[in-house]
Amino acid sequence: MVTLSSDSRNIIGRGPPLGAGLFFLGLVSVGIMMLDHRSNYLDTVRLWLGAAASPVYAVVQTPGQAWDWLTGSFADRNRLRAENSELTEQLREARVQLLQFDSLREENVRLRAVREASAGVGGRTMIAEIMRVDVDPFRHRVRINKGADDGVFETQPVLDAFGIVGQVVQVDKYSSTIILISDSGHAIPVQVNRNGIRSIAVGAGDMNKLNLPYLTVESDVKIGDLLVSSGLDGIFPAGYPVARVTKVERNPADTFALVEARPLAQLDRDREVLLLTAETLAPAVEPPASAGKPAATEPKPAAETSSATPAQAPSGQPAPAARAPAPQTQPPQE
Amino acid sequence: MSDGRISRVRVTFTVILAIIFAVLPLPEPINAARPDLLLLLVIYWSLSAPRIAGLLFAWFCGLAIDVLKGIILGQHALAFLVVAYFTHKFQLRIRIFPLSQQTLTVFAFLALYQFIVFWLDGIIGQPVTTWMRWLPVISGAILWPMLVAGLDTWNRRNR
Repeated sequence: MVTLSSDSRNIIGRGPPLGAGLFFLGLVSVGIMMLDHRSNYLDTVRLWLGAAASPVYAVVQTPGQAWDWLTGSFADRNRLRAENSELTEQLREARVQLLQFDSLREENVRLRAVREASAGVGGRTMIAEIMRVDVDPFRHRVRINKGADDGVFETQPVLDAFGIVGQVVQVDKYSSTIILISDSGHAIPVQVNRNGIRSIAVGAGDMNKLNLPYLTVESDVKIGDLLVSSGLDGIFPAGYPVARVTKVERNPADTFALVEARPLAQLDRDREVLLLTAETLAPAVEPPASAGKPAATEPKPAAETSSATPAQAPSGQPAPAARAPAPQTQPPQE
Repeated sequence: MSDGRISRVRVTFTVILAIIFAVLPLPEPINAARPDLLLLLVIYWSLSAPRIAGLLFAWFCGLAIDVLKGIILGQHALAFLVVAYFTHKFQLRIRIFPLSQQTLTVFAFLALYQFIVFWLDGIIGQPVTTWMRWLPVISGAILWPMLVAGLDTWNRRNR
C-alpha cells in the first residue's frame, strides 16, 4: 500500500481545481499535436528538444560503447590478422571492380551528354552510426548519430553496403530517426531489374519481408529477381538494389499476384549506414534494365558502395517533382 | 512538509532513471513487453506526493516520452495527463486500497494509457495493431507491487 504519511492534496481550499488543469493541459497537448502533425511549425522546437534529450542517449549508449572499446582494444592478434587479410582481399576485389567502374562512368557521361540529361553525379555519402537506443518495439525505426548539424534532412535516403535501408523521417539537432523499408507504414517504388516492370514494395512489419501488392497475375516476375529502386518518388535515387523476390504465387482467380521479397540491406544487423547527400539526389530516373547495368545486378562489396552510384542511368522521363510523403502508399503506376 | 525538498530530489532522481529505462535497448523477446516505468512512477508519486507531482509534472513526463519515442509531440503527454488526472481524482481512495485492488486499478490506468496512445496513433494514420502492444499493460501491472514495495521502503528509510 502506498504510504499515507508524506502528504496529500488539500481537502479544503484546494489549489487550482483538477478539472481546469486537465482541460488546459489537454488543450495544449491537442494543440501541439495538431501543429506537429499538420504543419512544420514545431520543427525547430523538436530540433532543440531532441538536443536536450542527447544526454539521455549518451548515458544509454555508454555501456555498449565501453564494451566495443574493450573488445576492440583486447582483440587478439590472430583475429586482427585474419581480419586484415580479409580486408586486403576485399580491397583488391573492389579495386578491380573500380577499374571497370571508371570506364562505365566515362561511358555514362558520354551517353548522358548525348541525351542532354544533366543529372549531377556526386556520389558523396555520409556515414552514420546506428545508436543503441530503443525507439519503438512495434515500428521499424532506428536512431542514428547524425542530425541537422551534420546536414541531415527529412526524406534523405539511407543505404548500407548491400542496398537501400530506409529514409530519414525526423531530424533532431544531433541525431535523427530513420524509418526502415520494412516498416509497415513505408513504401518504396521499385522495378524488376531484369525487365523493368515497375511496382511498389510495401513494408510488412517484418525485417525479412516486403510485399509487392500491385503486380498483376500476368506480370513477368520470378523468384530471385532483383528489385532496384525506380526513383519515381523523387526521394530514392534510381538503380539502387532494394530486395530480391522470394515468393510468387499466382492464383488465376485473382487480379494481383502474391509477391514477396527479401530486403538486401542488412536491416537487423547494420551498425553503420550511409546517408546520401543532397547533390547525389539529382533527378536520375528510369534505367531500362536492358541498358546493361552490371553494378546493380549483384550486391556490391562494402568497399565499393560509397563511390559507386548506379543512380546515373540515362533518364528517359522527368521525375515527379512532388516529394510525396513517403509513409503513404502510392497508387500503382502502371 | 519538512521533507518537501528531499522528496523533490527523489522524484527527479527516479524520473531520470525511468527515462533512461525507456530508451535502454532490451533483448528482442522482452523488448515488446517493456513496462512503462515512467507512467508507473507518475502514478506512484501522484498518490504519495501529489503536491510535488501534479498534472503539469505528469504532462512533462509524457512530453519526454514523446521526444524520445513518439511520432508526434503531445501524444504521450496527453495520455499521461489523463492518467494523472484520474489518479489525482481518486487519490484518497486508491491510497487505502489493499495492494491487490490497487494493482487492478493500476492495470486499468495502464490500459487506459495504451488505449489513448493507440487511438491517437490511429488518428495520425499510423496504427500499430499487433496484440503485443498491450503487453506493457500486463508487465506494468506485475511490476507495480514491487515498485511500491521498493519505493515505500526507500521513502520510509530516508524520511
